[in-house]
Amino acid sequence: MSSVPKTFHGADSGKNITRLIKMKNFKMNKFNKIQSTVSVLNIDNIDTDQIIGSDHLKITNKSGLGKHLFSDWRYHEDGSNNESFILNHPSSKNAKVLVAGDNFGCGSSREHAPWAILDYGIEVVISSSIADIFANNAFKNGLLPIQLGHDKHDFLLASHGTAITVDLQQQTISCDGQSFSFEIEPFAKYCLLNGLEQLDFLVEQLDQIKQYEIDTNKQINAKEYV
Amino acid sequence: MVATLFEKVWQRHLVSQETQEKPAVLYIDTHLIHEVTSPQAFQMLRDKRLTLRRPDRTFATCDHSTPTTKPKSNGEYTFFGEQEKKQVEQLKKNCDEFSVPLYELGDSKQGIVHVIGPERGITQPGQTIVCGDSHTSTHGAFGALAFGIGTSEVGFTFATQCILQRKPKTFGIEINGELKNGVSAKDIILAIIRKIGIGGATGHVIEYYGTTVDELSMDERMTICNMSIEAGAKAGMMAPDQKTFNYLKNREFAPKGEQWIAAVKDWGQLFTDPGAKYDRHISIDASQVEPMITYGTNPQMGIKVGELIPSKGERQALNYMGFEEQQKLVGQPVDVVFIGSCTNSRLSDLRDAAKIFSNRKVAENVRTLIVPGSHEIKKLAEKEGIADIFIQANAEWREPGCSMCLGMNGDIIQDKQFCVSTSNRNFEGRQGKGGRTMLASPLTAAAAAVSGKVVDPRDYL
Ligand code: SF4
Repeated sequence: MSSVPKTFHGADSGKNITRLIKMKNFKMNKFNKIQSTVSVLNIDNIDTDQIIGSDHLKITNKSGLGKHLFSDWRYHEDGSNNESFILNHPSSKNAKVLVAGDNFGCGSSREHAPWAILDYGIEVVISSSIADIFANNAFKNGLLPIQLGHDKHDFLLASHGTAITVDLQQQTISCDGQSFSFEIEPFAKYCLLNGLEQLDFLVEQLDQIKQYEIDTNKQINAKEYV
Repeated sequence: MVATLFEKVWQRHLVSQETQEKPAVLYIDTHLIHEVTSPQAFQMLRDKRLTLRRPDRTFATCDHSTPTTKPKSNGEYTFFGEQEKKQVEQLKKNCDEFSVPLYELGDSKQGIVHVIGPERGITQPGQTIVCGDSHTSTHGAFGALAFGIGTSEVGFTFATQCILQRKPKTFGIEINGELKNGVSAKDIILAIIRKIGIGGATGHVIEYYGTTVDELSMDERMTICNMSIEAGAKAGMMAPDQKTFNYLKNREFAPKGEQWIAAVKDWGQLFTDPGAKYDRHISIDASQVEPMITYGTNPQMGIKVGELIPSKGERQALNYMGFEEQQKLVGQPVDVVFIGSCTNSRLSDLRDAAKIFSNRKVAENVRTLIVPGSHEIKKLAEKEGIADIFIQANAEWREPGCSMCLGMNGDIIQDKQFCVSTSNRNFEGRQGKGGRTMLASPLTAAAAAVSGKVVDPRDYL
């Protein structure tokens, strides 16, 4: 528990974080320790068009995208499974941890990408580098994006099918007899561990936001808006 | 204290500073939305019984799923499918319910979100601008801090007009030197992405500056900032100058009268102070840039049009494209040419293309789509006679929208077809399943259309 901040010391609120915990509207599950096998998709620069094609952006809700995850790679033209694709291999069955090549999630801002990954059953994605918007989107939906240095990343790239434990609280990954730590943005960690939605935190700041608008002359119908 | 352009804009929008434990609360001046990434965010408002706080600072358009064919005589549009139609209708419903102004399909001001923001004067220097779309970086050409967000953050902005952000790092890209004839802003940005890689600016806001940038038109500046995201950057920015102000003056949402004078005075402060440092920095010699084209499946896989495909072991990409290492691209037959997208669908892009189409015809067996970025551009191009040049050349002159940039509206290329495209992404399947995209400037794309193959556009000027 030691690495989890109990209080936010922002100049703004000074509000105790426990107030956040009491807020309702928790939709996200709390992120626990994940124990699973690793599936390795060793391709660099996997973009969000690959994760979920634009054909599947036409929905007006969030559900059911898992079956379209990586669909151009996963299925043949006729819709049958491409057995040579790693996620279709028996060794990937029930894998909740996906290790991908460098620079995962680049391209479009579509949040459909983490929705599809989660709906498919993956809860952690690991790469040496994860695109900013993708990582942001992932956190907000309860998908843990982890960036590792090249040594650790290379080690995991060679660990397809082995057991892995990802402990968010301790910020550690254990796999194949090795154990190492990872970095994570503290606020995102806190929200994931507690199943908190970041929106609830922002809504708590509304008084301060209104004050900012007054101070900068940005209120509704302000004469000047620069 | 000296500060960079980015730091000045960042500082002005802090509702609260970041701390070790939590990110900054960043105020958003302008929120642009479209039909694809907004429906779930509107639903979030309903689910949580929240209001949309600033409909006066929210602007909607439909562009991604919209048809680029003319409406029927009764005004009805023919959508690619029911889902596309539903998405556009849903946007209308949502905007009505939450009082958000919407440039509807057929509205004389409708167009691609990143084209109409500047065009209407909604985009202004020093603003923070977000949109559920990664090419929001386009607006940085005006000295705004503009970046793409996901649908959750679209909802955050609806509800609070703020998002949570860690302060990004800065990346200065200095571009000096005179551009050669036939070389354009698109070639500069493709050369930059080739140099730094598609993840090269991850976590950074790029500021472009230098004598070349000073010389570029606003349209060209937007092309460069637009593709900052293809280098992984959070945003791209350029300091506003007299050109920026001239562009904005008298536009619909630009300040007027005394407010204009005050605004210009304020905007004049938005530059990087001498002595301010970027976290990273590179220089580009624009006089060495030549027409560029991509050979692979991401935007860093680009070469000068006359070069050979490099031997870098990019096996999956080359297999997909049907190319080999050390192969020449010049002479490669093309099936489709697409001139459009938020990267290159502005009037100056169309003028460039028209230079090449003038008194020429599209080569046999090549399909050429020219899709203006907005109705406004379409109207101007028709008035100038550019549209007639396209039509006489047998190119398809379409209604505005994203079109073949991502092929959501049914404008797609077929499996294994080659398309020279002025858009920004050549990802596998981006323009249609199995389709092979080669990114290039409007000049290079137009030259490919009239010759039926990849060529150096300078031979056609
Ligand atoms: S033109 Fe292409 S890149 Fe631009 S907003 Fe539309 S789909 Fe996105």
